[in-house]
Order: sequence, then C-alpha cells, then structure tokens
Amino acid sequence: MSAETESEQVGFSRNGVRAGFVTCVPVALGVGAYGLVFGVLAREAGLSLLTAVVMSATVLAGAAQLIAVGLWDWPIPVVAVVGTTLVVNLRYLLMGASLRPWFTRLSSRQAYMSLFFMADENWALTIQDLRDGNGRGAFLLGSGLAIWVFWVVCTAIGSVAGSRIGNPETYGLSFILTAIFLALLVSFWEGRDSLIPWVVAAVVAVSVDVVLPGRWYILAGGLAASLTEVTRNVR
Amino acid sequence: MFGEVSLTALAVVSGMSIVTYVTKAGGFWALDRVEPSESVRDGLDALPGGILVAILVVRLLEGGLSEWMAGIVVVVVAHRTESVLLAMVVGVGTLLIVRGSGASFV
Repeated sequence: MSAETESEQVGFSRNGVRAGFVTCVPVALGVGAYGLVFGVLAREAGLSLLTAVVMSATVLAGAAQLIAVGLWDWPIPVVAVVGTTLVVNLRYLLMGASLRPWFTRLSSRQAYMSLFFMADENWALTIQDLRDGNGRGAFLLGSGLAIWVFWVVCTAIGSVAGSRIGNPETYGLSFILTAIFLALLVSFWEGRDSLIPWVVAAVVAVSVDVVLPGRWYILAGGLAASLTEVTRNVR
Repeated sequence: MFGEVSLTALAVVSGMSIVTYVTKAGGFWALDRVEPSESVRDGLDALPGGILVAILVVRLLEGGLSEWMAGIVVVVVAHRTESVLLAMVVGVGTLLIVRGSGASFV
C-alpha cells in the first residue's frame, strides 16, 4: 500500500522549485484572498503595515495569524498570542513528520529551509506530488514560495486598503481550499483499506471539534487515522 | 509609510515565527533522529489522509447545501480527470451557480 518505496530517488532541483511554484499558483490566489482579509483585520486590530507584513513573511501560518490578530490588544497579551500560535500550529508537527520518507534523502539545509515554507495547502499538494513518485524534493519549497509571495503582498494590500475591500467570501473563495483538499483526498484513496482510518478520523475530528476550541480536531483526526492503521496492521 | 513602528509588536511577531517554525520543522526533526519502525511507518502513511479528512469533515459540516453539492461535483471531477485544478475550478463554479440560483429553493 505504500507509495513511499525506499529505493525512490528524491532530488532537489530548480525544476522542482518551478514545478511546485506553477502548480501552486491557482491555490496561492485563494491564499491571497485570505491575505487581503488578514491585512484588513490586522489594520483594524491596530497592527502597523510593517508589523502585519513582517508577521506574514516570517510566520506564514494563516489560521494562527488570524487568531493572533483577534487577540491583539494594547498592551499586547504576549503569552496568549504566542501560546495560541503554538497550539494552533501543532498540526504542522504531523505534516512535517509525514514528509520524512522523502525529506530524509535531502540535505539538512534543503529540508529545513523547505519546511519554513510549509503551509496546509502546499503541504497537501507536495504529498500528492511525492506520492506520484516524481522525486521532486524541491516541490515544497517552490509551492511554498508561491504561497509566500501572494500571502505577503496581499497582506500589504489589505493593510493599506483597509475595509474598502469587500468580503471575499462572496466570490466563493472560501470554498477553494475545501475543493482542493477534496480533490487531493480522492487521489489519496487506496481502495477499501482507506475507508476505516478515514471514518475513524472523521468521527474523532467532529467529536473533538465539539469539545475543544481551535484546531485540535485536525491533530486529533490525523492521529486517529494513524493509530487505526497501526493497530489494524498489528493484528 | 509604515506607520508607527512598535518594537514590542515586532518582538511578539518574532516569538510567533519561532514557535511556528518549531512546529513546522519539529515533526520531521524528531523522525529524522530515530529510524521509525514498520508500524510507525504505517501510521505515517495514514497521516495525510486523516488530516485532510479531519479538515474537510468540519468544513463541510459548517457548510450548507450549496457546499455539499459543489463538494460532490469536485469529487466526481477529481475522480474522472485526476486534475486537482480542474476539479477546483468546476467546484467553485458550481458553488457560485447553486448560490446564485439558490435563494429560491435553499
């Protein structure tokens, strides 16, 4: 069932960066729409243009940034902002771990530079590309650069334009991410073997979402699918 | 043009970027130290699907009829064409059409 055969070659080339960037541009447009929203909200919360742009450029984590801006106040509640950022982003631990089969064959510098640019959207696209056996280790970096550019530029535009920008939800942009994830999930389907872990992940995610705030449900769903797979193969 | 520069704000932003990078790099870092056993590898194989299912199920449950209809179209197009981009475009188009005509029956 594993597409991650140990003999697979993984390179790190300019072509990989380009392929990742080009593949991710349509997705990055959707990310850009969120960037506008983030810029507007950051402005309204009292963040200067510089602070908002530096945050987008160095944190590069949409959900965490939106929540941080929601908590922003003067004086800044440092522990709440940084602590919430950490908790909201814990899911990245799992996403990074899932890249191990391929990234372990890159140099440390290549792997750790690429991981900075990992976001939900390009992580999913990268996993698909790597599972297809293209061996493009630089795909995460390229797709992440596309997201980074749109996210940072749109943050600046949103911050400057402020609430003159209408609500992007009207144009169906919030559905872009749902559509991408659904289409990727179709490609992750490995026949009936996938069914049980996915059903368990869905049930656990919904339950956790009811009980806990924030994004714990993503972490819980991913772990539930993993544990289901592990226990099933032990038997 | 950047408005008032607040060093405190920039310090908080650095804190956010550090903890975020720790989460992004930490999972890979930990697994790169120890050679994972076969059952751990099985678990890792199942991670991406589980994470996507978790994100999707919560999003779709928050959505209405138009999101579900568009979602079904995405799955069909993705299954037939294996193109994520095409599925996305057709899905968003479906959503807008259903919403546009939706007021009368939703």
